[in-house]
Amino acid sequence: MSIEHLDGNALAGPLGEIFAVDVTAATGRCASCGLAGPVASLRVYGPEPGLVARCPGCEEVVLRLVRGPGAAWLDLRGTISLRVPLPD
Amino acid sequence: MAIISRGFRGRRTEDRDRLPPGQYEERGFPVLSAGPTPRVPLDRWEFAIDTEAERTHRWTWDELMALPAETPTVDIHCVTKWSKFDTTWEGVSLDVLFEDVETTADYALVHSYGGYTTNLPLEDLLDGKAWIVHRFDGEELEPRHGGPARLLVPHLYFWKSAKWVRGIRLMTEEWPGFWETAGYHDYGDPWREQRYQGD
Repeated sequence: MSIEHLDGNALAGPLGEIFAVDVTAATGRCASCGLAGPVASLRVYGPEPGLVARCPGCEEVVLRLVRGPGAAWLDLRGTISLRVPLPD
Repeated sequence: MAIISRGFRGRRTEDRDRLPPGQYEERGFPVLSAGPTPRVPLDRWEFAIDTEAERTHRWTWDELMALPAETPTVDIHCVTKWSKFDTTWEGVSLDVLFEDVETTADYALVHSYGGYTTNLPLEDLLDGKAWIVHRFDGEELEPRHGGPARLLVPHLYFWKSAKWVRGIRLMTEEWPGFWETAGYHDYGDPWREQRYQGD
């Protein structure tokens, strides 16, 4: 069977439209199972009708991003926190 | 020498009239997925309608198969802009499943194995407009297309035709589903090009 999903690096471009930092390098914690890991390690389905990033541990939705004309919708309900590396 | 028959030109014009605004005709059957494909053994499969009065109506796979089936041939329209003409399905009309369901609810939240949800007015599921289908193009419905059974509501964008359908919750207020909470339109009429919120 073919692999159905991409990895979280597929989020870098679309999230780069919204955030000044590279969110794929941040550490996210799954709201469903508590697993923490780089956003780049999420399992990404899409890109159409929208990007759906799921936890590699429990497969619950961690992040969703829909890009429409003139707007993007970002859903982070499945994320407890994002640890974003920043300079001191 | 180029020969263009009147019949061919006629059919082309007719097909263009079947395309909602912003759509193109697709001859394949693209697979769009928001998660892993659920695998549901038929002996554990069930479909349920839950009413606003907390009454549940359930069907096993065998019970669904024993109901009268219909074979709708319909055009389908995906919000990602492809349309597919004359798709052939087999399944049970929701009018049959709702025969003994007492409700005053105006809204339905459809839910699926795998966690997907989508919302629509109850009236859009009734009067010959929607089916629970389990065969496509003469074959069992493949898991990647929503098998063992999916909802078919062809007059709305195809994200409303939930794959791997598990049940319908009837509600007195509209409750937005998976894509409807992430920017997509609550109703999704392809002829009015209701793709995103505010369209």
